[in-house]
Amino acid sequence: MTPQDRTFVARLCADRAGLTVDPEKAYLLENRLGPVARREGFASVHEFICAVRDRDEERLIWAAVEAMSPAETAFFREPRVFDQIVDEVLPELAMRRAGGTLRLWAAACGTGQEVYSLAMALEEAAPAGVTLEVFASDLCERRLEKAQAGIYSQFEVQRGLSARRLVRHFEGLEDGFVLSPRVRQMVRWRRVNLIEDLSRLGQFDIVLCRNLMGYFLEDARARVTANLERTLAPGGWLVLGSGEQAPAMAGAPGRPGFFSRVASARAAAA
Amino acid sequence: MVKDTADPKLCLVVDDSRVVRKVARRILEDLGFEVAEAGDGAEALAWARTAMPDAILLDWNMPVMNGLEFLRRLRQEPGGTDPRVIFCSVENDLDRIREALDEGASEYIMKPFDGDIVASKLALAGVL
Repeated sequence: MTPQDRTFVARLCADRAGLTVDPEKAYLLENRLGPVARREGFASVHEFICAVRDRDEERLIWAAVEAMSPAETAFFREPRVFDQIVDEVLPELAMRRAGGTLRLWAAACGTGQEVYSLAMALEEAAPAGVTLEVFASDLCERRLEKAQAGIYSQFEVQRGLSARRLVRHFEGLEDGFVLSPRVRQMVRWRRVNLIEDLSRLGQFDIVLCRNLMGYFLEDARARVTANLERTLAPGGWLVLGSGEQAPAMAGAPGRPGFFSRVASARAAAA
Repeated sequence: MVKDTADPKLCLVVDDSRVVRKVARRILEDLGFEVAEAGDGAEALAWARTAMPDAILLDWNMPVMNGLEFLRRLRQEPGGTDPRVIFCSVENDLDRIREALDEGASEYIMKPFDGDIVASKLALAGVL
C-alpha cells in the first residue's frame, strides 16, 4: 500500500461510517484489507484500493470500510454488565411494562458474542410477565453472517464464556462449537450504519453499544450517541463501555456505562 | 488482579508435559501467581497435602494418576474443597467437559491455550 492508499482508505472510512483510521498504521490496514483484496481477486491491497478509487462501486467501497470497522469482541465482556441488566434493569422495566414487550438491541454486535451473551443470560433468567425481543446489528455484512451462523472456534468459546455455559448452550462440531438453536432464534439481525438515521428501527428499552465510541471521529461519536439516545423508549437505557461517556445523558449511580435520557432520569427522580 | 499483592496466590500446574508446565508457569507468573509443578496426579496430591494451592491447572490424561482421579481424591483431603480446579486438556468433547464439571472442576481449558484464555478462565473461576 502506498501512503496515498492509506490516506484514501482513512478518508473513505470517515466519510462513510465516521470511523477513525490512522493512515500511519500500515500493518493494520494491510492485515484488515489483505483478506478482502484476495477474496475480491486482486493481486495486492494496492490493486484493490485502486479499484475502489477508480471504479466507484458501492460493493467494493463497503468491502473496504467494513473490513476497517472494529472487530474486537468476546463473550461476556465485563460480566457485571450482564448481571446488572438481568438482575436489576430488566426487572425494573418489566414491572413498569407488565404484560408488554421489552426490546433489547446490541447495536454493534460484531461476530455475535455480545448479543449471544445477552441472549444466554436471558435464556437462563428472563424476567416473568413480559415478552423479550432481542435485535442485533453491525456495519459489517460478513460479520453478521458469521454471527447468524452461531459457529465459534475453540479459541473463541474460551474467551469469556464459562465451561458451564459452553456445555449448556453449545453443541460440538468437528471443528468448533455451534450455539443452540434455542438461543440463536432469540435474535433478529440487521445491517445498520450508526451514523445514519436510525428512526426506522423503532424504540428500545436497552441499547448495548460497548467499547465502540473510541473508533469514531469526534463529530461522528456525538452523532452516534445522539442517534442511539433517540432510539431509547421512555425509561430505556443506553449501555456503553464502563469507561465511555454520553455527556448529554444522565449516568446511573453504581452502574458505570449505563445512561438514560435526561428527561427519563428527572421523571424517575420525581 | 493478583499481581502486585504482597501475598501471591499459589497455583499448582499438573501436567506430564514439561513443555506445557513451562508455558503455563510463564503465563501464571506474569499474572502474579506463585507456581508449583507436578508431573502426575499422585505427585500433585503429595504437593496438596504439603501446601494446599489456591488454584490447580490440571491435565486429564497423565500416567500414575489421571486428572479426574486426582480431583476426586483431592476433594476428600482436609481443605481439599478450597482450591479452584481448572482442567486443562486436549479433550474437547462436551460430554468430557460436563463430566469434569460434575466432578467438581471450576473451569475447563481446551488445549492449546494462550495467556488470554488462561486469564479468562482464572477470572471465571474466581481466582483472578
